[in-house]
Amino acid sequence: MKILVPLKRVCDPDNANKVKVSGDGKAVTSEGLEWKPNPFDEYAVEAALRLNENAAKNEKLGEIVVCSIGVADVAQTIRQALAMGADRGILVTADDGALESTVVARALKALVEKEKPDLVLMGKQTVDGDSNAVGQMLAEMLGWPMATFVASISTSDGGKSLNVKREVDMGVVTLKVTTPAVVTVDLRIVSPEAVKNGATPDSHKYNEGPRYASLKGIMQAKKKKIDQLELPALGSDATPATTYPRFELPPARSGSCTFVESVDALVDKLKNQAKAF
Amino acid sequence: MTDVLVVAELLNGEARKNSLSAVTLAKKIAEGTSGAFDILSIGAGAKGAAATLAKFGARKVLSAEMAEGYYAEKYAPTIAEIVKNGGYNVVTACASSYGKDLMPRLAARLQAGNVSDITAVKADGSGITYIRPMFAGNAMAEVKVNTPIHVVTVRQTEFAAAAEAGGSSPIEDVANIVAPSSDRVQFVKLEVAKSERPDLAEAAIVVSGGRGVKSSENFKNVIEPLADALGAAVGTTRAAVDAGYVSGELQVGQTGKIVAPNLYIACGISGAIQHLAGMKGSKVIVAINKDQEAPIAQIADFFLVADLLKAVPELTEKIKAAKAS
Ligand SMILES: Cc1cc2nc3c(=O)[nH]c(=O)nc-3n(C[C@H](O)[C@H](O)[C@H](O)COP(=O)(O)OP(=O)(O)OC[C@H]3O[C@@H](n4cnc5c(N)ncnc54)[C@H](O)[C@@H]3O)c2cc1C
Ligand SMILES: Nc1ncnc2c1ncn2[C@@H]1O[C@H](COP(=O)(O)O)[C@@H](O)[C@H]1O
Repeated sequence: MKILVPLKRVCDPDNANKVKVSGDGKAVTSEGLEWKPNPFDEYAVEAALRLNENAAKNEKLGEIVVCSIGVADVAQTIRQALAMGADRGILVTADDGALESTVVARALKALVEKEKPDLVLMGKQTVDGDSNAVGQMLAEMLGWPMATFVASISTSDGGKSLNVKREVDMGVVTLKVTTPAVVTVDLRIVSPEAVKNGATPDSHKYNEGPRYASLKGIMQAKKKKIDQLELPALGSDATPATTYPRFELPPARSGSCTFVESVDALVDKLKNQAKAF
Repeated sequence: MTDVLVVAELLNGEARKNSLSAVTLAKKIAEGTSGAFDILSIGAGAKGAAATLAKFGARKVLSAEMAEGYYAEKYAPTIAEIVKNGGYNVVTACASSYGKDLMPRLAARLQAGNVSDITAVKADGSGITYIRPMFAGNAMAEVKVNTPIHVVTVRQTEFAAAAEAGGSSPIEDVANIVAPSSDRVQFVKLEVAKSERPDLAEAAIVVSGGRGVKSSENFKNVIEPLADALGAAVGTTRAAVDAGYVSGELQVGQTGKIVAPNLYIACGISGAIQHLAGMKGSKVIVAINKDQEAPIAQIADFFLVADLLKAVPELTEKIKAAKAS
């Protein structure tokens, strides 16, 4: 099947506690931080690769196109996904400040109409904006069915139907979705048996997590194509539905850490300070 | 004047308590702008839930009966019609997995701006500003919505559940609308993880175990007894879920549940930022960890440096003894 994977570049989430706010409060500055693919999008790339291969025979079965809306440097992030095994990239250049959910969803809609994938497979949320919204918006704009927070996928009807398990507050929801569809993935989509595509034997166990790019993969990625165009060229409406005029750092937790010597001392704190019982 | 519609979340024909956090936001906006708020009870058993939802001071409660089995394609068209016909300016729900799934889809249908997971609001004659965390809670943003309709989800821990207002709102039935894309989704089942313990998102005390717990047996024999001695909910980390010690709906964090209990006890948890994002609003934080350098120390109030497999059972026994005496 043909899969489109939207991917965003974010500053290294493990350094998110180093984000700063500019003096005038108008922007979050990510100076000095490293860039990474949004982890959930990397998981989506892995899930797409698993859906489109026979892992036992090392055979590729479909096409995977990775697309991003962002600054020109994002080409490097796309290249990382190509090195993992995706086939082709599309970079729609726009300033970081323009990446509002609705604007991104509309741009992705325009790309879907151009590329006509069977499936859009993407992260459930970006770990910089934490909106958890673009996939749902895109599905509605396309009039397509969706499955969000998906932790496992198995295909049926020759790939036309997806049986998915969604992780929700109360437990797990199972849905059957007919393609073309939008699927947003959760953390456990990269567990060893989360994706079954009917080609790779069901007994196959993947390594936990997204695959590393092999040296060969990195070499091949250099030759893969990344089409680049500017956001206005897509013709999608770029008027933001929301604006973010001001940022602040969160209030620091007051007090400091008291090391207690023994379980008895802790029982005392729980009883007298936390009033736990 | 801003009119607000609250989309209540139903489970087994009852409104979930988290719906009342969205009611609190609706009241705030309605009061700040001299508008009104209504509540929509939508789902299987809507009518029964509507009767309960009528106690919270809404101008009216709308009831839309649906067949069992939620998915957004089935609900969004009906809600969108209600919003358009009712002239609402703000539509809100709790930022639970239900609200997060449904509301952005609804926003796109209404061509409205979406604001996810807000922690505060300022609403008066001059407009509405929402506050929401970003970067795993490491920055707080002010958000303005540029479209006539705003779609907003609220963080349950930051908006106390609305109290009953006395009296009863009138209840109105509304009809369903079916959209074509809903044919391409089939609801198969919801497997509810059953637990006798309090709901994680609402518990006054949460006892969490991380990878340091080392096995599902230890989770049962070490972590759960402490939770039960305190009447607490059980939480966990992604690492412990990935290792198969416990199931995913107990995960606390940026991508799991957000909790803010009076007391959070973190056992064998290092304190990765993704975990802290889900629990740093807790009033008192206790860490039990054999590594005193663990980053959780940066936000813990009390820290016991110990092997949890020894310290936690001892703690449980001593709490039980102290309670009995
Ligand atoms: C996109 C993304 C999203 C994520 N979302 C979340 C999320 O929502 N929630 C979440 O929790 N994580 C999340 N994570 C994972 C997060 O980054 C950490 O990996 C995870 O929180 C670590 O869990 P842990 O503290 O249990 O394990 P570890 O980091 O391995 O820590 C184990 C701790 O146990 C201690 N320990 C070991 N043995 C003992 C003993 N016998 N007695 C006492 N202490 C002991 C160790 O000293 C250590 O501090 C996410 C990661 C990514 C990439
Ligand atoms: N600028 C972008 N370019 C490509 N994909 C994006 C972009 N922003 C968000 N996405 C996709 O939308 C998902 C949800 O993002 P969000 O709603 O912003 O949390 C992400 O995991 C990505 O797959």
